[in-house]
Amino acid sequence: MSRSLNSVKAILKRELLSYFYSPTAYVVLVVFLILQGFFTFYVGGFYESGQAELSLFFTWHPWIFLFLAPSVTMRLFSDEKRTGTIELLMTFPVTPAEISAAKFLAAWIFISIGIFLTFPVVITAYYLGSPDTGAIISGYIGSFLMAGSLISIGCFASSITKSQVIAFLTASSFSLFLILAGHSPVIQAASGIFPKIIVNFISEMSILTHFKSLTKGIIDLRDIIYFLSIIIFMLFLNTSAINSNSK
Amino acid sequence: MIEAKELTKSFGQTKAVKNVSFNVKKGDILGFLGPNGAGKSTTMRMLTGYLAPDSGDAFIDSKSVTENPIQVKSQIGYLSETSPLYSEMTVTEFLNFCCEIRGFSGKKKMAMTQKAIENCFLIQAKDQQINTLSKGYRQRVSFAQSILHDPKYLILDEPTDGLDPNQKQEVREMIKSMSKEKAIILSTHILEEAAAICSRAIIISNGEIIADNTPKGLLEKDPDFGSYDIETDFIKDINNFKTALNKIQMIDKIEIKNNSEKNGNSRVKIFFNKTSSFSTSEIILEIEKIISNSSLKIKSISRDNGDLTKVFRILTNN
Repeated sequence: MSRSLNSVKAILKRELLSYFYSPTAYVVLVVFLILQGFFTFYVGGFYESGQAELSLFFTWHPWIFLFLAPSVTMRLFSDEKRTGTIELLMTFPVTPAEISAAKFLAAWIFISIGIFLTFPVVITAYYLGSPDTGAIISGYIGSFLMAGSLISIGCFASSITKSQVIAFLTASSFSLFLILAGHSPVIQAASGIFPKIIVNFISEMSILTHFKSLTKGIIDLRDIIYFLSIIIFMLFLNTSAINSNSK
Repeated sequence: MIEAKELTKSFGQTKAVKNVSFNVKKGDILGFLGPNGAGKSTTMRMLTGYLAPDSGDAFIDSKSVTENPIQVKSQIGYLSETSPLYSEMTVTEFLNFCCEIRGFSGKKKMAMTQKAIENCFLIQAKDQQINTLSKGYRQRVSFAQSILHDPKYLILDEPTDGLDPNQKQEVREMIKSMSKEKAIILSTHILEEAAAICSRAIIISNGEIIADNTPKGLLEKDPDFGSYDIETDFIKDINNFKTALNKIQMIDKIEIKNNSEKNGNSRVKIFFNKTSSFSTSEIILEIEKIISNSSLKIKSISRDNGDLTKVFRILTNN
């Protein structure tokens, strides 16, 4: 167990540092903060709404993470495959599951740093009025979990290709599908192809629906389980993809 | 001990490695020779657990690579042919990472990194980013990574590739000096290197082992091995000369390579009966006698000790 922990820690540390070795980290963080500010204050009309609450702020998170999460995860595995360092990594005494967990956690921690840096919005809300603290906390929990599930999708997409562009596009299109799953464009398209039971299942898979209830201050165990199961399922696929490298 | 048991691996339709078996004991340096694409790297990758064999298995200290990958991998140091490195890190950062992922930390980690940096002549480059390093330096960083944890088993794919002649020599010395405590497998396409440092050599061609011998044993497969090259002045009457030589029992065959009146030079290759028990000095004495009887002068005399390149070509062309 302690060996697993050491290996995960070593890979996680290396991955996190490598974000900051390159300009990627700074660009991603700055873009994220600008976008969320722009959407919340200009597009969303935070001031005009006349309400000191953050649901407007959280509404935009899935759309921002739709692009941000894949841009953080796209190089995680594809770059190792392209440069051949995957061979080095796989000849260290570490298991594919450890590699997969470590890389996922690194990207999740990194995105979480971005989410933490949105604290000025919270301060603004408290300065302007008295927002519902419970809703803010559950909104942040939702945002972390939603980001985590998009990252797990990105990790898997990155592990099946050498190309960062393909990893990015695969991850963002699949994420878009999951975000919109409960909404008319996807439902309409799906009902033309699949039987009703599958259409219902797809509509239950919507990230947007599960995320929305969290931003309203409702912490429902089902929503949390939903996000955690996406993460676990994607990491499982990711581990299998790493394993199949040696086949 | 490293044991390969009937390792087989295909990529699509191509059989890269077919039923390769061998073993390497502590103190041995096994040289892996073979043309490009013969299956050397694939075999080594299966030994390290990076590639799973289609059939067969490899064992390190009797533990199966496929069944106990973690235990096995912690005992192995591996230098990949392509020296893959995390290029955004500095040499020290990278080696520290390699220690950490193997479970070393604190003072132990620092001491290991320091030692590897010193042993692999990396002191000057230790704070440099890996992507700014030359090929030779990258190779040394890769090498440092493989010996960092003082593994019992070293698997080195082309360890001297890309180094200049001095560095090559240094790395060879280093490998040799480590061999007492370790079992080492190295692949190379430089045959002299195999002859110089390996205690045993395996030649692989088309995924199969076609020779497994000591370097000396391989050299003896050279058809010219043990013959003598003699340089004399111009031989006027070749036929007479040949008949004189042919009378001697221990001589098998004579080849006149070059007989030029203009240069006043002649080269003769004499093959002795391999079963005869004459010593080198007796043979040389005999040669001198024959040549002075033909009133010729010997300019030089040398023994052909075999040429690995020739053996390699003969074996791999079949």
